[in-house]
Amino acid sequence: MTTRRAWWKTGLGLLFTAIMLFPVYWMFNVSLTQTSDLRSSPPHWFPWAPTFEGYQTALDQQLPALGTSLLIGVSTVILTVLIAAPAGYAIALLNLRGGRVLSFGLIVAQMIPAVVMAMGFYAIYVRLGLLNTIGGLILANSTIAVPFGVLLYTAFMAGMPKELLQAARVDGAGAWRTFISVVLPVSRNSTITVALFAFLWAWSDFIFASTLNRNGDMIPITLSIYQYIGNNTTQWNAIMATAVVASIPATVLLVLAQRYVAAGVTAGSVKD
Amino acid sequence: MTTLAETKAGRGSTGGAGRDVPPAPPNKPRRRKSHGTQWTAIGFAVPLLAYLAMFYAYPLWRNIDLSIHDYNIRAFVQGDADFVGWQNYVEIFSSSLFMQALTNTAFFTIVSIAFQFSLGLALAVFFRNYFPLSAPLRALFLMPWLLPLIVSASTWSWMLNSENGIVNSFLSAFGIGQINWLTSPETALLSVTLANIWLGIPFNLVILYSGLQNIPDEVYEAASLDGAGPWRQFWSITFPLLRPVSAITLLLGLVYTLKVVDVIWVMTAGGPGSSTTTLAIWSYREAFGTGQPDFSPAATVGNILILIALLFGVLHLQLQRRQEAR
Repeated sequence: MTTRRAWWKTGLGLLFTAIMLFPVYWMFNVSLTQTSDLRSSPPHWFPWAPTFEGYQTALDQQLPALGTSLLIGVSTVILTVLIAAPAGYAIALLNLRGGRVLSFGLIVAQMIPAVVMAMGFYAIYVRLGLLNTIGGLILANSTIAVPFGVLLYTAFMAGMPKELLQAARVDGAGAWRTFISVVLPVSRNSTITVALFAFLWAWSDFIFASTLNRNGDMIPITLSIYQYIGNNTTQWNAIMATAVVASIPATVLLVLAQRYVAAGVTAGSVKD
Repeated sequence: MTTLAETKAGRGSTGGAGRDVPPAPPNKPRRRKSHGTQWTAIGFAVPLLAYLAMFYAYPLWRNIDLSIHDYNIRAFVQGDADFVGWQNYVEIFSSSLFMQALTNTAFFTIVSIAFQFSLGLALAVFFRNYFPLSAPLRALFLMPWLLPLIVSASTWSWMLNSENGIVNSFLSAFGIGQINWLTSPETALLSVTLANIWLGIPFNLVILYSGLQNIPDEVYEAASLDGAGPWRQFWSITFPLLRPVSAITLLLGLVYTLKVVDVIWVMTAGGPGSSTTTLAIWSYREAFGTGQPDFSPAATVGNILILIALLFGVLHLQLQRRQEAR
């Protein structure tokens, strides 16, 4: 009886998931639709005659943008980890004075709207000549992930078994050595979570790209999609095909690293 | 003995995120002991400190600077704008757009949060009991949250398209005529809010679900024995025990929703007219949305937005601290 009731819940769960993911399905469906069928009424619910012309167009035009996004994403990850991991170490394990104030400041920093940051960066970049550069965009993108990264590392490292660190000290390892060969390897999961979010945020960023890099030679995929929509609203299959391709990292991460995603969402807000 | 003290202090600061209130006395001897290594600690934190100064404090200061000067595009490059004090703020507050942007922001935020939260909570309760496929299905629910916002927003735009959208096509099956979701001032705000609710459900689901995991099964078992049905159990156990987590989820959602730009900008660009112009969109539009950037009013609106966000942010921290203290 319990099993029957459980399966009944599975059915309901499938229904909820189907409703929730309908927009994702629709994006996929439209991306495979023939251009001539895009405006048919009623719209085709299933891609009976799938075409890859949307993907053809998308890949012909968007490949450089995808490369740019990949470059920005990976660089943002590296920059974020380089700054956040040592800072977490200092706050959690080296008893940095004012560490608590710093943590508090980082939480507040996460609440600052990106628009405001974009304006500040714009004002600075105009003078420094960093507008429309990839480097400038990477720096700006990292501001989304660095506070999160430091807080996550701090929380994890503070819970690290103290025996580990003492053992390293007994073996004569200094602070630097302990950090590299004990703390970092043990914090591997935190690094994965931080890297994952830093990459996703940089990959998905639209606000910084559309303000600091709008006339750049190399534009990321989000900005490219946006300009695509603005330029030609008839080729929605190509737009949706680009959107599907832009969603690949999210999908891959969801499949491969789901537990890190859930860990990151909760770590940012509630202690479990 | 030292180990014990250290472990304790270490656990006290597990919160790390400013939510820790470790008792002062046991900390003191440790501080003195590690006094010599204080320079090492600073050394490891220097990249972060320099980073915060350059890429947080300085942009924010520039933003304040922009809002108390009268910057046009020439002065922007040369940096010789006139000092105007509070004038930009006075102009923003007395602007006819201010009340509308404020009500739009309030509507967008409150309606988004209310539905995200209640749907997220309902789903969290639904997923609480394991059933076949529950874990993969719950994982799939994360999808909308992980997609780039521009992807979701453009998908919703096409779904809500007046002539060719699937939503109107679906509604026409029920005899409902064409609704101009994104192009009529009456429905545009509702439409972007709808898309934003969809985007926020996963976040609420994940946090509330993890909150539910902390309620021991025995409580429910005891309630079952006492003859409490699912409805009664929800209102007498789940809801009260989940209250601290709920409060934090709501406030965090509030702070995040206040600053939403991407979704609205891609779907309606704040229009038609200014029917979907929130404070964040207003700021974005003044600075970057038109051919002529007007940074001073944009920065002014941005700073007002920061103040509102921080107000709720501080409330959030207060709540979290109180929860921690219990």
